[in-house]
Amino acid sequence: MARKAKELFIKTADIIIENKNYLTELDAAIGDGDHGVNLARGFNKLKEKLKAESFESRSELFKLTAMTLISNVGGASGPLYGTAFLNISKVISENELSLDDLIDISEEAIAGIQKRGKAEAGEKTMLDTIIPAAESLKNSRANNLDLNTALNNCLQAAAEGMENTIEMQATKGRASYLGERSIGHQDPGATSAYLMIKTFIENSLK
Amino acid sequence: MVNILIISHSFKIAEGTKELAEEMKQADIDIQIAGGTSGGKLGTDADLIRQKLENMDSEDGIVVLADLGSAVMSFNMVKEWLPEAKQKKIKLADAPLVEGAVLGAVEASLGKTLDEVLAAIEKKSIINKNNF
Repeated sequence: MARKAKELFIKTADIIIENKNYLTELDAAIGDGDHGVNLARGFNKLKEKLKAESFESRSELFKLTAMTLISNVGGASGPLYGTAFLNISKVISENELSLDDLIDISEEAIAGIQKRGKAEAGEKTMLDTIIPAAESLKNSRANNLDLNTALNNCLQAAAEGMENTIEMQATKGRASYLGERSIGHQDPGATSAYLMIKTFIENSLK
Repeated sequence: MVNILIISHSFKIAEGTKELAEEMKQADIDIQIAGGTSGGKLGTDADLIRQKLENMDSEDGIVVLADLGSAVMSFNMVKEWLPEAKQKKIKLADAPLVEGAVLGAVEASLGKTLDEVLAAIEKKSIINKNNF
């Protein structure tokens, strides 16, 4: 299980690194223009470490990911994603993940990000991708949907959440300094969160 | 004596702020900086902040001045990793970086307590430029 999770993290790192310039361009429009560069630096380091080490558990893998991002990203996304992954490392199951497990994981991630960033939904941040994705998982559980359908719906909700940030005015983070001028641009944090969720889901669908 | 840690996205801002604060201190207090990323870029280095907090003398307290988003976030995160007794002696000031560091250096070096230093630099009047 840990081996499969490791491959998933390497893929995620590749996707983030591939999208480095895109994320940085989004950030240049409304922030300090370093989101892609920062995340790519963190994920490049992560790839190096993943390739050099083997892992006994998913928990260990998530913890290493957290600490590597915290130490190497250099921007707010370091402590934000870092705390999310650190929280996940404390609860993640070592068995096949169920819909309940995924809901727990998403709630831990949200709690970690909110603890650091103090943001709510609708503030034009990574949470505007992650919260709708988590809500979608809960809706799927309420409607007794199977895991594959739940994952497909979750991906759709994450994409819509990300796109909805275009019309939002930023009230947290560097983009909030731009006030109304932040409207009309897709949030880079919401975009990197979507890329991660997309990679996780597309590689978990059966 | 209360010591001071300055955290900025920019090494130059951190270094320059320390230089200004040092000039005003009335006795020997420790003013440390954590500025920029480990690669010398704009940003914050959580490991460096942690190292500074672990190594600085916190017996009488440490006042922390930070500039923007990730400086505050990284500080709050690494503070939680310290022993609880030490955490209680480390306080992030609701104060502007430069003014807070300069006035903080004066107050701390006059032997004021952690709470007294904080009270002094968290006064709203610290940012007055027209009626000071």
